[in-house]
Amino acid sequence: MSVRTVSQMFAATAGLALVAAVAARAQDAPGGVTTVQVSDEGREVYEQICQACHMADARGGGGAGAAIPALADNPKLAEKDYPIMLLLKGRGGMPWFTDMLTPEQMAAVLTYVRGHFNAYPDPVTVADITRVSTAPPPVRECDTCGK
Amino acid sequence: MLSDMSPRSRRQLLSMIGKAGGGLAMYQAMTVFGHAAETRFTGPPQLTGARKGSTVLVLGAGLAGMLAAHELTKAGYKVQVLEFQDRPGGRNYSVRGGDKIVEVGGAVQNVGYAPGNYLNPGPWRIPHHHRTLLHYTKAFGVELEPFIQLNHNTLVHRKDAFGGKPQRYRELSVDFKGHVAELLGKSLNAGALDSSVTREDKEKLIDAMRQWGVLDGDMKFTGDLRVSAQRGYDKAPGGGVGGAPTPSKINSLSDVLSSQVWSQIGFFFSYVMQTTMFQPKGGMDMIGKGFYRQVGKMVRLNTKVTRIAQDDKGVTANWTDTVTGQSGESKADWMVCTIPATILSQIDIQVSDTKKAALKALPYSNSVKIGLEMKRRFWEEDYSIYGGHSFTDQAIGLVSYPNNNFFQDGPAVLLGAFAGRAGGYQFAGMTPEQRIQTALDMGSVFHPAEYRKEFRTGASVAWSRMPWILGCCASWTEQSREDHYDNLVAMDGRIVLAGEHASYYGCWMEGALLSSLDAIKRLHQRALAA
Repeated sequence: MSVRTVSQMFAATAGLALVAAVAARAQDAPGGVTTVQVSDEGREVYEQICQACHMADARGGGGAGAAIPALADNPKLAEKDYPIMLLLKGRGGMPWFTDMLTPEQMAAVLTYVRGHFNAYPDPVTVADITRVSTAPPPVRECDTCGK
Repeated sequence: MLSDMSPRSRRQLLSMIGKAGGGLAMYQAMTVFGHAAETRFTGPPQLTGARKGSTVLVLGAGLAGMLAAHELTKAGYKVQVLEFQDRPGGRNYSVRGGDKIVEVGGAVQNVGYAPGNYLNPGPWRIPHHHRTLLHYTKAFGVELEPFIQLNHNTLVHRKDAFGGKPQRYRELSVDFKGHVAELLGKSLNAGALDSSVTREDKEKLIDAMRQWGVLDGDMKFTGDLRVSAQRGYDKAPGGGVGGAPTPSKINSLSDVLSSQVWSQIGFFFSYVMQTTMFQPKGGMDMIGKGFYRQVGKMVRLNTKVTRIAQDDKGVTANWTDTVTGQSGESKADWMVCTIPATILSQIDIQVSDTKKAALKALPYSNSVKIGLEMKRRFWEEDYSIYGGHSFTDQAIGLVSYPNNNFFQDGPAVLLGAFAGRAGGYQFAGMTPEQRIQTALDMGSVFHPAEYRKEFRTGASVAWSRMPWILGCCASWTEQSREDHYDNLVAMDGRIVLAGEHASYYGCWMEGALLSSLDAIKRLHQRALAA
């Protein structure tokens, strides 16, 4: 599924302002459009995207009085809607990933993070992603969702 | 001379309009002349008359914090600045030989560049209309030199175009223009656009396409010698016997389209990307050092702020010295806080819930820059490329060539990656050594014979792993602007925030400075009214 298709799907289902999101991130840029592919396999999505911040061991880290949260042994991930919401909406310094990952990739990587770095083996499905993305506001526990 | 006269007469005219119609009329007239609209900067703020003994605590010695310290001191405030890092400048940063880069997660790079060489991992090019920054660089004696933004002789690479072989930007852009001109001319001549253009405009357009596209008498883009005068020759013009040039062969429309060269052509149209652009001589951090020369004695480095409080009498910041472990607190009447939202949203700070919500609604982008030091300037010596960027659809995004010390012998640093979005995450997730190897692999498409052979040493900065910011720049959306921007920038009791995140010029030094000037003007008004 191409990025555009996913964008359109989310724009239609979740009402996210994806065009604006992309424009707001434009800032300084190399010029031109890259064709970087992200894997569909959960572990590889983690390595290609998540570990940039959460680290290869999923332990996060920090130093300036602020930290990147650990995903390993994180009881907040027991409830699968919580990390789904983070990927859909972002939180704090973490951006949303609706314009970078497909629902399939989100489901795959969340299944991996919950199963591999935690003991929550039940898989996250695309249906879960869709369910949370179409849930009526206000959604639970989300500091970035406004007011 | 007419050229000497015209600016003077324009000034006289503006002065006359100003006298006759007041400031608004003058502003409108200036906008017409293309003066006022390019910047919100109207000169340094000229704040005066601070109450005797008034104090301001500034958090963060990046450009926003140091500008606030400088101007508030001029206004009569006593200022102290607390900075987490062991150097001033924040994202205004250059990496040099002997530097150590320590990442969240523990990776350490000891940079091995030769003396005088550097990588600008954050800001690296300055638009000519960023008047605030240009004003203070001049005022603080920071020497600027041209940044070679547009170089027609660089290369464009896409994996699925031209069999993966990079092409000169000059050839692709001329061919794109020629083919588009031919097609538009064909449409016009066939009457396909008669309902869209008047007869007079149609004639002008046909003429324009013929000249602009360098079409032949039959309105065809054929690649004759006139076209070669733009895209280059097969055999260049010579002297004496056999000096006649031979034309180069144009690329087909399909091949040109596969290169997507329009994305680079469009890039160069961006207002912030237009020539003329500048860079400081000797590295971007010369700007931070210039600011630091003004305010250095007020700055406490290695100072981690742990708590920010305020009441009706003043502000307090608790801190820990990251070198000695000493704890302390600093108090003042007012505060300018420039700590990035990624960090500030995790610090105990006494501000309104709406401001806290705004801080938590600001995700930061990611970016990775990699500087590769090469033993010699093969891009100049072997490719006639002097500054500018070669573009690729691989994760590195580009290879950008140094804009200074042309024709010199000895090692030089080129920018081997400016990776953002998915590519930026992929690079940030690698070890520093993997980043270098991957950047060498990808950049080799442009200079296959030289890139690995001439490589000497490299360094990378992955912004999401810089412990003092955990990201690159604030990412606003239209929705988050609507929900949170006013709350973020509003003065909250005795505290005001500043930085690129508190501007509509995000990710640019200009935005940090404009935000700072606006913040201190409001702080000064509030202080005088208190």
